[in-house]
Amino acid sequence: MRRVILPELGEGIEKATISYWYVQEGQSVKEKDDLVELTTDKATFNLPSPASGTLTEIFYQDGEGVDVGETLAIIEEEGDDIDAEENFDADEET
Amino acid sequence: MQFEYCDLGIIDFSQAYLVQKNTLREIREKKTPNKLILCEHKPVITRGRTSLYSDNILASSKLLEENKISIVDTDRGGDVTYHGPGQLIVYPLIDLNTYKKDIRIFLRVIENIIIDFLKEFSIKASRKDGFTGVWFSDEKIASIGIAIRHWITYHGLAVNINTNLDHFKFIKPCGLNCNMTSLKKILNKTIDINECKHIIINKFKTNFN
Repeated sequence: MRRVILPELGEGIEKATISYWYVQEGQSVKEKDDLVELTTDKATFNLPSPASGTLTEIFYQDGEGVDVGETLAIIEEEGDDIDAEENFDADEET
Repeated sequence: MQFEYCDLGIIDFSQAYLVQKNTLREIREKKTPNKLILCEHKPVITRGRTSLYSDNILASSKLLEENKISIVDTDRGGDVTYHGPGQLIVYPLIDLNTYKKDIRIFLRVIENIIIDFLKEFSIKASRKDGFTGVWFSDEKIASIGIAIRHWITYHGLAVNINTNLDHFKFIKPCGLNCNMTSLKKILNKTIDINECKHIIINKFKTNFN
């Protein structure tokens, strides 16, 4: 499991706003691919994915503010044991 | 820092955006050095990412249509703004990997460039803490809204040279209750925008060294 953390953005910047998730919960993502777009001051920037795997949980939605150091999302890395009940529709489990 | 520059003349916002995205890719692939794209836009209101959660366009769509002003959503930071002929646009596509990887420092350098540029016209402008952009007294003369991908910058700055300021009444510029001004309004004469382009290119060269 890998936490996606809002990194240091430069001197004096403590907060950013989520503007757009490129990947939704349940979708796969590759390391270094664009994961989320954030806004601070008058700038937008992208946060690349820190790992390859499945984006299992997003904690902040578009328009919400996040402090530096906070966890934005969780990625289950390839090879991680994903809890089937939590991540798949039960009807599809036979 | 070395810059190449190109002047696109008067161009649609969306077309200039495509030029920026292509240049961004070329810089990332190290096929081209840092580049300043200069232009003026046909009348357009653009919304930045902040304006997704606000409604700062004051005019009706009918009124905008009558004035031939289109609306475009963009991926830059900031709120709503207006671009039109007579406004100098500079899109600095700069690889911050070779400068300083700090968004706020970059924004302050851009503000300094505009302040230095205005000094050439004996206009004493300043920044306002917490309000990115450049101000002359309580009026705003230049707006800034940027985006960064892979630490390469795009979008940029807009300085009102001979802009039709009446068009700003259609919006709440940058989401603020402020008046806009221009070189033409302050100096009471029309300014040669081509001369402005040469001056601002030189200010980029000196401020990024």
